[in-house]
Amino acid sequence: MKKNKLHAIITSQVILTILAFIWVLPIIFVILQSFRAEGGQFVSYFFPKHWTLDNYKYLFTNKDGWNYGQWFLNTLFVSVISGIISTFLSIGVAYSLSRLQFKLKGFYLKFALIVGMFPGFLSMISIYYILKALNLTNSLWALVLMYSYGAALGFYVQKGFFDTIPQSLDERAQIDGASRWQIFTKITLPIAKPIIVYTALGAFTGPWMDFIFAKVVLGNNQSKWTVAVGLFTMVSSKENANSLFMSFAAGSVLIAIPITILFIWLQRFFVEGVTAGSVKG
Amino acid sequence: MKGKQLTKKDKKLQTNNLVNDIPLTQLYSKADADTKLSYFLMGFSNIKNKQILKGLFFLISEIGFIYWFFSWGIKSLIGLVTLGTKKAGEIYDSKLGVYVSRPGDNSLLFLLFGLSAVMLIGIGIYLYRINLKSARKIYQLKAEGKKLPTLKDDWNELLNDRLYLLFMAIPIIGILFFTVLPIVYTMSVAFTNYDHSHLPPGHLFKWIGLSNFGNIIAGPMAKTFLPVLGWTLIWAVLATVSNFILGIMLAMLINTKGIKGDKVYRTIFILTMAIPQFISFLVWANMLNDAGIINRVLENWGVISGPIHFLTDGMTAKMTVLVVNLWVGMPATMLVTTGILQNLSADQIEAAQIDGANKFQIFKNITFPQILFVMAPSLIQQFIGNINNFNVIFLLTGGGPTNSNFYRAGDTDLLVTWLYQLTLNSQDYSLASVIGIIIFIFTATFSLLMFKKVNKLQGVNG
Repeated sequence: MKKNKLHAIITSQVILTILAFIWVLPIIFVILQSFRAEGGQFVSYFFPKHWTLDNYKYLFTNKDGWNYGQWFLNTLFVSVISGIISTFLSIGVAYSLSRLQFKLKGFYLKFALIVGMFPGFLSMISIYYILKALNLTNSLWALVLMYSYGAALGFYVQKGFFDTIPQSLDERAQIDGASRWQIFTKITLPIAKPIIVYTALGAFTGPWMDFIFAKVVLGNNQSKWTVAVGLFTMVSSKENANSLFMSFAAGSVLIAIPITILFIWLQRFFVEGVTAGSVKG
Repeated sequence: MKGKQLTKKDKKLQTNNLVNDIPLTQLYSKADADTKLSYFLMGFSNIKNKQILKGLFFLISEIGFIYWFFSWGIKSLIGLVTLGTKKAGEIYDSKLGVYVSRPGDNSLLFLLFGLSAVMLIGIGIYLYRINLKSARKIYQLKAEGKKLPTLKDDWNELLNDRLYLLFMAIPIIGILFFTVLPIVYTMSVAFTNYDHSHLPPGHLFKWIGLSNFGNIIAGPMAKTFLPVLGWTLIWAVLATVSNFILGIMLAMLINTKGIKGDKVYRTIFILTMAIPQFISFLVWANMLNDAGIINRVLENWGVISGPIHFLTDGMTAKMTVLVVNLWVGMPATMLVTTGILQNLSADQIEAAQIDGANKFQIFKNITFPQILFVMAPSLIQQFIGNINNFNVIFLLTGGGPTNSNFYRAGDTDLLVTWLYQLTLNSQDYSLASVIGIIIFIFTATFSLLMFKKVNKLQGVNG
C-alpha cells in the first residue's frame, strides 16, 4: 500500500515536470531568440550560437518605421485613458445595478446579457465602418472609445463584489441622514478598493494584449500603432519575418515582463471573477 | 360619454394625488395654460416657474431637434429607405456643354445616418416625455400648494434617489451608439446586396430582402458555410471539454498529497496565462512551422524524415490548434479548480472513505459534481468564447490551409475568422453580416437556455 503511494507520487511528479517543461518551452524559446545574433526566422537549435543585444537596440534605433518607442507611448496613452474611463463607468454601473433601485434595472440586466453575447468582433467591424464614415479612424481616440464603451456591459465581477457588502451598512447610514452619494463615496468606495484596483488594471492591460481591434482601427498609419499591432505586423509578412523575428521576440519580452508582474498580482481576483462573477440574468 | 369617465377619474386623482399621476394623454385637457404650452414649447412651464436651467435645457433641445429634423432628419430618413439614388459618374452639364463628374450617393453613409436618425428621434421623443412629466410635476405640486423644487433640490435628488441617473446616463448613451447601433447596422446590412461589386461611393447597394440568407443556407454559399459551421461547433465542443477535463486533471495532479514544489508548478502554469495571446500563438506558429525548430530538431534526431505538417495539412492543423489551445486554456481551469479543491469539505470525503469508497468513486460522486456546479456558468461562457475564438485560429494558421472547395475559407477557419476574411479582404459585407446574425442567434439562444438551466440547478432566481 505504502509502496503504491510512493509510486503514484513519483509518477505524478514526473508527469508534472514534463508538462511544466512543455509550458515554459515557448517562453524560454522566445527569450533566447531575442538574444540571437545570427539571422533567420527559423532555427534548428535551441540556444543561440552568438548572443547579442542588437535586437533590443534595433527596436528603438531603426529607421525602417518599426518605431517601438512610439508604439509604447501610444499604448500607454490609450491604456491609461481608457483605463480611467472604463473604471469610472463600470464601477458606477455595477454599483447602480447592485445597490440602487430604479425602474429599468431588471430590463437593463437582461438587455446587457443578450447584447453582451453579440460577438464583440462583429460589433468591432461595424464600429469600424461607423468610425470610418465619421472620419475617425487612424486616431488613438477612436481606440480609446472602442476600449471604453464595453465597460458599461462588463460589470458582472464588480456587481458581484458590491452584492457581498452588507445592506445593513447602507441602512444605518441612511438612518443617520446620509444621502446615497455620501454612502457611495464614504462607505462603499473605501471598502471597494480591491475591486477598483482590479477593474483599473484589467482595463489597463487590455490594450497591451489586444491586437485585432487596434489593427482594424489604426490601419496602416505606423506612427499611431500600439505595441501589439506593431509587433504583429513585424512578423506577419513573409519578407519581414525573416529578418525581424528576433526583434519581434525582443519586443515581446519587453512588454510581457510588466504584464506578467501585473497579472500575477491580479490572479486572486481572477479566481473570484470566474467563481463569483458568473452571469446571472 | 368620454368626458364623464374623465371626470370620474379626475376625482379619484384628486383624492390620492400623491400616488397617481395624471396620465400624459389626459394631462393636456386638464392642466393649466403653462402646462399646455409645454406641449408645444418644451420647458415653458419650467421657465415660468423659475426652474430656468432645466427649462432652457428642454427648450434648447427642442430647437436643436427641430432644426436638425428639417435640415438633416427628413433627408436621412428618406435615405434610409432608398439607400441612395444617384450613382457616381459622368453627367452631362447642359450649361457648360461638357460631361462633368459628380460624386453620387454613398449607400453606406445613407444607411448609417438613417439608423442614427431613427435613434435620435427616439431620444427626442424620450426628452419630450420627460419635459411633459416635469410640467406635470409642477402642475400637481402647485395644485397641492407645495413648494417647487429648486435647482439645488434637484441636484440633491440626483445625488440621492436618482443617483442611478448620474451613473447610468453616459454608459447607456455609449451602449446606444457603440453597441445597439452597430448591431442594428450589421443586421440591416444582411438585408442588402452590399458586397465587392456594390461598393459605395462608386456603386450603390440596395435592400434585397432575405436572399442573402437563402444563399448561405441553401444556395451556392452553403458549400462553404455548412462545413465551416460544422468545424466551428466541433472545435467549440472539443476545445471547451478538453480544457475542462485536462485542466481538472492538472489541478488534481498538483494537489496530490506529497508532491514537492506544487507552488512552483502552479506559478509556471499561471505564467503562461499572463503572456499576451498574440505573442504566445505567434511563437507557437513559428516553432510548429514546416521549417520551425520542432520539425528541425526531430529531423536532426532522426525521428522523422520529412517535416510534420502541423499547420499546413487540414486534419493535422485541426488537431494542432486544439492542442495549442490547451496550452493557453488548461492553466485557467487549473487555477479555478485548485481553489475549489482546497475548499472541499474534508469531512465529506473522510466519511466516504470510511464507507469504503475508492478514490475514483469519491471523485465521481463528490469532487467532480462540486467542480461542475461552480464552473457551469464559466463553461457556458467558454463555449461561446470558443465559437468566437478569433485569436487562436487567426494567429496560428490564419484559417489555412486553404481549401479550394470553399469560398475564401480554409480548413481551420471558424465562422468568425471566415467573417473576418469576408469583411476585410474580400469585402462581402452582406454575407459577413448574415453569418454574424446566425452566430448571434445561435449563441444567444444557447446561452440563455443554458443559463436558465444552470440557475435553476444552482437555486438562483433568474
